[in-house]
Amino acid sequence: MIQSPLRAPLIKGKKTYQSITSDILDPMMSKPGSLWYIGIFISGSALLFGAFMIFWTIWHGIGTWGLNRTVGWGWGITNFVWWIGIGHAGTFISAILLLFRQKWRTSINRSAEAMTIFAVMCAMLFPIIHMGRPLLGFYIFPYPNTRGMWVNFNSPLVWDVFAISTYFTVSLVFWYVGMIPDIGTVRDKIKAGWKKTVYKVLSFGWKGSARHWHRHEVLSLMLAALAAPLVLSVHSIVSMDFATSVIPGWHTTIFPPYFVSGAIFSGFAMVLTLMIITRKALNLQDYITVGHVESMNKIIIATGSIVGLAYITEMFMSWYSGVEYEHYMLINRATGPYWWAYWIMMTCNLISPQLLWIKKLRTNIVFTFCLSIVINIGMWFERFVIVVTSLHRDYLTSSWAMYKPTIVEVGLFLGTLGFFFTAFFIFIRVFPVIAIAEVKSVVKSSGEKETKKD
Amino acid sequence: MENAKTITIVFDDEQPLLQAVKKIRESGANIIDVFTPFPVHGLDPALSMKRSRIPLVGFIGGAIGGLLGFGFQTWVFTVDYPLVFGGKPLLSVPSFIPVTFECTILFAALSMAGAFFIKSRLKPDKKFEPVDPDITDDKFLILVDGETSAEKIKTVLSGINTIEIK
Repeated sequence: MIQSPLRAPLIKGKKTYQSITSDILDPMMSKPGSLWYIGIFISGSALLFGAFMIFWTIWHGIGTWGLNRTVGWGWGITNFVWWIGIGHAGTFISAILLLFRQKWRTSINRSAEAMTIFAVMCAMLFPIIHMGRPLLGFYIFPYPNTRGMWVNFNSPLVWDVFAISTYFTVSLVFWYVGMIPDIGTVRDKIKAGWKKTVYKVLSFGWKGSARHWHRHEVLSLMLAALAAPLVLSVHSIVSMDFATSVIPGWHTTIFPPYFVSGAIFSGFAMVLTLMIITRKALNLQDYITVGHVESMNKIIIATGSIVGLAYITEMFMSWYSGVEYEHYMLINRATGPYWWAYWIMMTCNLISPQLLWIKKLRTNIVFTFCLSIVINIGMWFERFVIVVTSLHRDYLTSSWAMYKPTIVEVGLFLGTLGFFFTAFFIFIRVFPVIAIAEVKSVVKSSGEKETKKD
Repeated sequence: MENAKTITIVFDDEQPLLQAVKKIRESGANIIDVFTPFPVHGLDPALSMKRSRIPLVGFIGGAIGGLLGFGFQTWVFTVDYPLVFGGKPLLSVPSFIPVTFECTILFAALSMAGAFFIKSRLKPDKKFEPVDPDITDDKFLILVDGETSAEKIKTVLSGINTIEIK
């Protein structure tokens, strides 16, 4: 008989169904440790600071930002694109890896999807407050109004509204529907009291019936099949905000694939940052193993190399196009006043992920953690380089300008980071961080032989 | 749900559950429902369950969404408020595609999720009581129609590892 080589188990340790339930629910049901309080204190402070800066922006107007007539999109749009990109990894893990039957995703999909939702919420904040009069933000939706006008459906900024609101809604539905069986588990395990009632309502009366499971599986598969092209469309549309303009450095056809791969690249880095902390803090090393970290690192090499290739293609095209403005754009990026941002971007995104070709490094948790933060910084700078260095010196020399963010913009960015981590800290206390039912369904098929051996 | 007229058979793993489902069905007894902590592979054919029509709902929902999205943009730019943007034709189909696409996805996803909740009769329920609280943890359960006697079920299931028959 031909036997395929035995795969390493996805889940370590001798797990029974019961121990999986208790391993995942115990950290949620017991009192949080001091680390959790310290974490939520720091992130909560950042959130409050950001909230104050939102108030400041709305009260005094957009003039409190460092923007000027030349550089009209600064940190605000940089952060917007960065956050949307981070969200993409969650959908990639839960949808595209589901369609490719990558079973290792079961340990990380729940928290990665939660991350998507929080990241998209952070992203949505920026265009809204960037409008200057956020209370009139609903103008971007096509609703019948007394002006008798509609929005311009030819504009990528309107496409963005549709893409991101659809993305947010579908991700939320996908995440919640996937979580219903596990909320049922929490409901049945938690002691009677008001919390039990809340979980009863949240679980939609899930009882684990075979027919429900069948529909649930079909629905998950179908939603994944919809979310996969959706996630690719969202960042493509975001990139068209730039690509349909005439600014040198923006006006390129490479943008959609370049942005999508960059998004997945940065998103996986953020998933790694969060997962490495979570597995340690919640004692989930058996579920989120070095194998998981390695698999994610491999995706980082792949997408990072695509991003690197896109940088090099951009260089080539700016020379090959023969357009002197395109030409100058590249020289200005690399050697102009913002040279440091360009080289931070190049070092963090082009060079550093290549270290992961070395197996010793990509299976090293501490190294991966540091690298994931480096990549997050690098990807933020990528967006900064695209937005600011392209804008600050375009065609007309007399309108060249420099851009420096004010404390308000820095505070807004810190505030979204604070919101993101605060939401994540609350999430790990309220919902199971790992998809319990999905892990139970893979524990047998993947690791039975291995677990019985030891 | 649980009343005197049903027989509950409890298992602690999927293999004995699958064998039991086959044997019970062969014996002619009527299985009301099966409850499991996770989707058991092979249970759907064993219960000869028809494939869910959720994908069809999704297709119809998506088609409606796509048509609405495209139709609305066409109506706005050619009938209600014709306005030339950048010298382009009024009906500039390529630039309608992104919004049409997003509407298709949104309608398809929401209609399928809605169909799932409606068909499964799942709704927020404050008074919900589970058939057995261990189903969502580690127990597998078959609910058999009370027309068959418990003794008969016991003989049918002899040799299969059950936890409890009641």
